[in-house]
Amino acid sequence: MVEAKGLGLTFKTGDGDVVALSDVNLEIKRGEFVSFIGPSGCGKTTFLRVIADLEQPTSGSITVNGTSATEARVNRSYGYVFQAPALFPWRTIENNVALPLEIMGYADADRKARVSKSLELVNLEGFEKKFPWQLSGGMQQRASIARALAFDADLLLMDEPFGALDEIVRDHLNSELLKLWAATQKTIAFVTHSIPEAVYLSTKIVVMSPRPGRVTDVIESPLPRGERPLEIRETPEFLQLAARVRDGLRAGHSYEE
Amino acid sequence: MSRLQSILALGALLFAVLTLLLPMGNFGGVPVATWTSIPALIFLAATLAAIGAFRLRAPTPATGLLAAAGCALLIGWVEPMQGALAGFWALLVLTWLLCWLFAEQLSADIRRGRVNDGFVGWLVPVAFGVAVLIAWEAITRGANVPQVLLPAPSMIWARLTASVPTLAADFVQTFKAVIVGFTLGCGAGFVVAILVDRSPFLKRGLLPIGNFVSALPIIGIAPIMVMWFGFDWPSKAAVVVAMTFFPMLVNTVAGLNASSSIERDLMRTYAANYWETLLKLRLPAAGPFIFNALKINSTLALIGAIVAEFFGTPIVGMGFRISTEVGKLNIDLVWAEIAVAAVAGSAFYGVIALIERAVTFWHPSIRGGRT
Amino acid sequence: MRGLMGGKTVPVLIVLLAIVLFWYVMAVVMNAPWQNTLNGRANLTDVPLTEFALQTFTQDKPVLPAPHQVIGAIWTGLFGSAITAPRSLAFHAGITLGATLLGFGLGTLLGVLLAVVIVHNNASDRSLMPWIIASQTVPILAIAPMVVVGLGAVGVTGMIPKALISMYLSFFPVVVGMVKGLRTPEQIQLDLMRTYNASPLQIFLKLRWPASVPILFASMKVGIAISLIGAVVGELSNNAGGGLGVRLLTGSYNGQTIQIWAALFIAAALAAILVILVGWGERLANRRMGVRA
Repeated sequence: MVEAKGLGLTFKTGDGDVVALSDVNLEIKRGEFVSFIGPSGCGKTTFLRVIADLEQPTSGSITVNGTSATEARVNRSYGYVFQAPALFPWRTIENNVALPLEIMGYADADRKARVSKSLELVNLEGFEKKFPWQLSGGMQQRASIARALAFDADLLLMDEPFGALDEIVRDHLNSELLKLWAATQKTIAFVTHSIPEAVYLSTKIVVMSPRPGRVTDVIESPLPRGERPLEIRETPEFLQLAARVRDGLRAGHSYEE
Repeated sequence: MSRLQSILALGALLFAVLTLLLPMGNFGGVPVATWTSIPALIFLAATLAAIGAFRLRAPTPATGLLAAAGCALLIGWVEPMQGALAGFWALLVLTWLLCWLFAEQLSADIRRGRVNDGFVGWLVPVAFGVAVLIAWEAITRGANVPQVLLPAPSMIWARLTASVPTLAADFVQTFKAVIVGFTLGCGAGFVVAILVDRSPFLKRGLLPIGNFVSALPIIGIAPIMVMWFGFDWPSKAAVVVAMTFFPMLVNTVAGLNASSSIERDLMRTYAANYWETLLKLRLPAAGPFIFNALKINSTLALIGAIVAEFFGTPIVGMGFRISTEVGKLNIDLVWAEIAVAAVAGSAFYGVIALIERAVTFWHPSIRGGRT
Repeated sequence: MRGLMGGKTVPVLIVLLAIVLFWYVMAVVMNAPWQNTLNGRANLTDVPLTEFALQTFTQDKPVLPAPHQVIGAIWTGLFGSAITAPRSLAFHAGITLGATLLGFGLGTLLGVLLAVVIVHNNASDRSLMPWIIASQTVPILAIAPMVVVGLGAVGVTGMIPKALISMYLSFFPVVVGMVKGLRTPEQIQLDLMRTYNASPLQIFLKLRWPASVPILFASMKVGIAISLIGAVVGELSNNAGGGLGVRLLTGSYNGQTIQIWAALFIAAALAAILVILVGWGERLANRRMGVRA
């Protein structure tokens, strides 16, 4: 689905060059749930933005869905969920979800069907006519996920979607997201800075570290695919996996700041 | 290289050829062709060569030089000419296309980080200002626009330098009213805001009225003030006081409420009294609002003083000069007066903006530099 | 009662009442010298204070007319004669209103168009914005007489020159506001549109334009208020054309203070009505766009 080879990205700033990504080699297979974890500045969000063609790599190559990143964007082959809901405050929830469909020129009837189907997937039926600011933060983020699902792209890119939510809401949305993933069979790339979240959700965990931003470890999860009750987080397998991720993070992190 | 730039370059090529082929103007009653002028030939050849050789992608400095040369040629021609012909207008269009192309290229260079913003960033608006002045001069003189409608910049400049004593006297007369009125109006607005601040009732009663009055044509009280305070500058200062009072009142009251409740709670934990809280917290927090009012008022004060002079003054003052010289159709002197007013207004505003930078340096809008 | 005192209505009314009272007192004080002269000529002595006060309220050309004199003049001015008669204040208000609205409409349109160009073209942003911001610090209103006389000299008279001044004045706040408004969308929203591969037109229609509507209305409120000022000041330079500015000017020449005050109040009322109308438009647009009240 996504394949990066020798990918590098250097930002030119007033204070000199910042190496956001260096020599990233990674493959995301169809149907996988891949988490990217690491401290801030490790390039995890940058990598997601490179997949989405929001940043241009300065070296190496990337293919998305078998095409270049730009072509993938032009073909609308992915949905992107940002850190903030980024809902338009002047549109109702249903019109926000319909936004990509309007831009992509879907017919009216099809649009309606897709909006209600996506809202159903994120359990937001009954909130169609509400405005974003009438919803809680968790519900707003669910609406933004519905918006990313509306046009049925196979790939879902999620950039710390639950980072701003409190722990209880986040747990709830995590298990909902797993159900949604099982129901839709999508490929998901998920950026987070929470170890339990990454371990709980993923089939593959990519550990990254900063200065320069790079991949330090790729861990295939032994946890079962599909249904994962929240209690799985107390099992030895889960804790073992979490410990390995934490070690990976520590190794790549020099605690210099 | 954007499509727009290619179109501009193509247009420049086309108009360069047109300039070459068409007659440029009447000299001594005889139409003269462009190709008889050596500088014109050099300029047009350079334009065609630069744009052609780089396949519409002449380097930015080359475009800038060509644009400047075009400007020089226009000014050189318009002086001795008795009437412009098609070639002259083609040259004007060509020069504008070159200036535009230069602005596009320079902006693109800055955006791509090829040249530093800062000095070069200023070059774009300056080039635009020069291009407007050149076009103004070329059109008014080339097409013999009636002087009463729009005099040429060179005429205005000549008039300005010739009437410095008059302009200076007018400036002094008007600025007496501006400074006195501005100081009294802003001061009164500030003091009333502090007084009103202690009474929530008055605040609720005065604020809507203040907001409302700020939108009214207060300038209309000028004839009344002239009757009350006489023809000299005090009546103009009174108009300025009335115009500047309400913006200051409204902004100061809003500014005094700008500190957050956390900060006010902090002062409470120190058992600070009203005046301590006012001086240490609320007034500094109101700084950006107060300076906003001062900036708005600097423009209003000048407008108020000038327009109030339309209603009668002793025989001196910027507004007086504008209204009487307009009647005598000395439009170039009016423009000179307006140029002085523009420079004075910008300088007045600039001084306040500089003080603001020094006083409210901590505010994000100042720290962030350019917005 | 507490609810009323807590709101704005009662405080505003009480402050207004205080202003009116103060005005009456000032009318007595300021008109007293002339009234004393009058009474001296008529050999009236020892006039009781109440009677003296009433006398100061009935002068022909008072230094400060009492509020009821102004209201009376407005009443007869508006309803005392046919609306087409040059004595009618409504007639003059109509002339000023026409120029104001025409200028405001053109200025807003031009301002929006220019803001769209500036937001989409880096070169025009860099060349124009510094000049537009700088010209806000310039007393532009000073050009009003020149525009009227200059255009009059080439045969353009009546509403057009005044409307041009109004247009010029209302254009600036709209450009500056709209440039800010069209740039309110955050990077994250622009990124979102980019992931949809939205065209520039789609980004404009679905994101930039709706995001800028609140600022557009705020700028229009400023714009319409100064449009009216522009029209009134434009009228000062052309006595023949009529309008509230001409009423101010002739009142000032003839010492007709009541006429000046009446014209001033009509102008103020006109400004208030126009700003309120734009405010209603703003509320309507906000409600349709679901902005939190």
